Amino acid sequence: MRNSVARFWREIPQRYNFLGNKCGSCGRVYFPPRETCPICRRKSLGKMEKYKLSGKGEILTYTIIHVGPEGFEEQTPYPIAVIKLDEGPCITAQIVDCDIKNVKIGMKVQSTFRKIQQDGRIGAIYYGYKFKPAEVR
Amino acid sequence: MRDVAVIGIGLTKFGELWDKSFRQLITEAGAKAILDSGISGEEIDAMYIGSMSSGRFVGQEHIGALVADASGFSHLHIPSTRVEGACASGGLAVRQGYLSIASGINDIVVVGGIEKMNDVSGTSATGTLATAADQEWESFFGVTFPGLYAMIAQRHMHEYGTTKEQLAQVAVKNHKNGALNPNAQYRREITLEQALKATMVAEPLGLLDCSPVTDGAASIVLCAAEKAKKYTDKPIKIIGSGQGSDTLALHSRRDICTLDATVHAAKMAYKQAKVTPKDIDFAEVHDCFTIAEICAIEDLGFVKKGEGGKAIENNITTLDGQIPVNTSGGLKAKGHPVGATGVAQIVEIVEQLRGEADKRQVKDARIGLAHNVGGSGATAVVHILEGM
Repeated sequence: MRNSVARFWREIPQRYNFLGNKCGSCGRVYFPPRETCPICRRKSLGKMEKYKLSGKGEILTYTIIHVGPEGFEEQTPYPIAVIKLDEGPCITAQIVDCDIKNVKIGMKVQSTFRKIQQDGRIGAIYYGYKFKPAEVR
Repeated sequence: MRDVAVIGIGLTKFGELWDKSFRQLITEAGAKAILDSGISGEEIDAMYIGSMSSGRFVGQEHIGALVADASGFSHLHIPSTRVEGACASGGLAVRQGYLSIASGINDIVVVGGIEKMNDVSGTSATGTLATAADQEWESFFGVTFPGLYAMIAQRHMHEYGTTKEQLAQVAVKNHKNGALNPNAQYRREITLEQALKATMVAEPLGLLDCSPVTDGAASIVLCAAEKAKKYTDKPIKIIGSGQGSDTLALHSRRDICTLDATVHAAKMAYKQAKVTPKDIDFAEVHDCFTIAEICAIEDLGFVKKGEGGKAIENNITTLDGQIPVNTSGGLKAKGHPVGATGVAQIVEIVEQLRGEADKRQVKDARIGLAHNVGGSGATAVVHILEGM
């Protein structure tokens, strides 16, 4: 009931490629893309431009989910976080590829393309972004 | 604008009510409120019913008409409207009823709130509650409702040094109050140790930091204040009503630890009531999770931002404290049938202001505040009430 293929398909540009948008009036970046900029409102109509985000950011807050929702039961316990992206917007995503004990507020992370969930055993598989510790340069 | 008073209240028992149907629950609460007020069905100008998700919980929408019909009013053709704002549905229904009388359109309004949550499995109930969050940009990635509040808690601990013990103390206090409430789902006290050692749900929140899945209904009768004395010796006036909204997703908020919708709703209500947080004698706040009560007492202005945890530790909000909070047991111990909660909070405030709260009675209760939240803070409603 929750997942319609068309609904997911419409969001592939965002979930696969981190495609957000940028207000042509004030330059603020949005992810997921918005129809209007809440700051410029009418001035932004028709001026929202596609904008690809870097997928880099830092953890603003997090939790370790021990009781997962339908479709995620087998993944528990897993960390999920609010991530502040370098371009400004904040998003919610899972943290992977690190010991859950090491997840911390302020930790630098970068996006990685992963399977998120699927509709039962034979249903559609949904992909999207998760985040892993940023590589030290 | 006209003044509005509460002239009748009704509440069902809250809990896992396997033997009671949706219709039975709302009719029971409504009948109690109507009998308490002394009005007749013919005098009702309108009805507003708060329910978050009757469609997913019992497979039934169109419950405005259903409730009027089940109550025996179908032949009176009373306008009956369902109101939805996730867990704030009840509070929003109260506000709609209030506004319709204040505007002069209606004289007498019956407000109901209901949720029958135990007819579906726990997983299904959790999934339905998650629809109050952003389905496409939060829930899709595997965050649960406890998970969202856990992230608020984690940030609150990081910024202000709030502790897991302080969170647990909220649960201990609310269970202590709930033990005194005959309608509460959990009429038993818990220890700090039990709260701290409870099964982990979403770190740092354990099972006893979370409000339960509950069946229950509540109802109130609202009346134009100038006519209230005709029905009761103890009308309770709504002196302030406020509402606010914010981003649907937690991650888009200005500040993770502040519910700006609450701040906005409270500001509106305080301004209208011409009172300040210091004038509030007691409050029912939206403690769907222990951290939510800590944020609520900060956002309502009872304590400064960041000092909520300390306030709990210093027993400021206990039944005999400076400002008793959740004397009913709150969502935590009384139970949280989501659509009923906002209406049930008004029932508790009215019982207190009438001096009928028995063992939970707050001494010299004169002004009470009710605070109801939808989702992780995208909707908030605040009402302030005073005896006439």
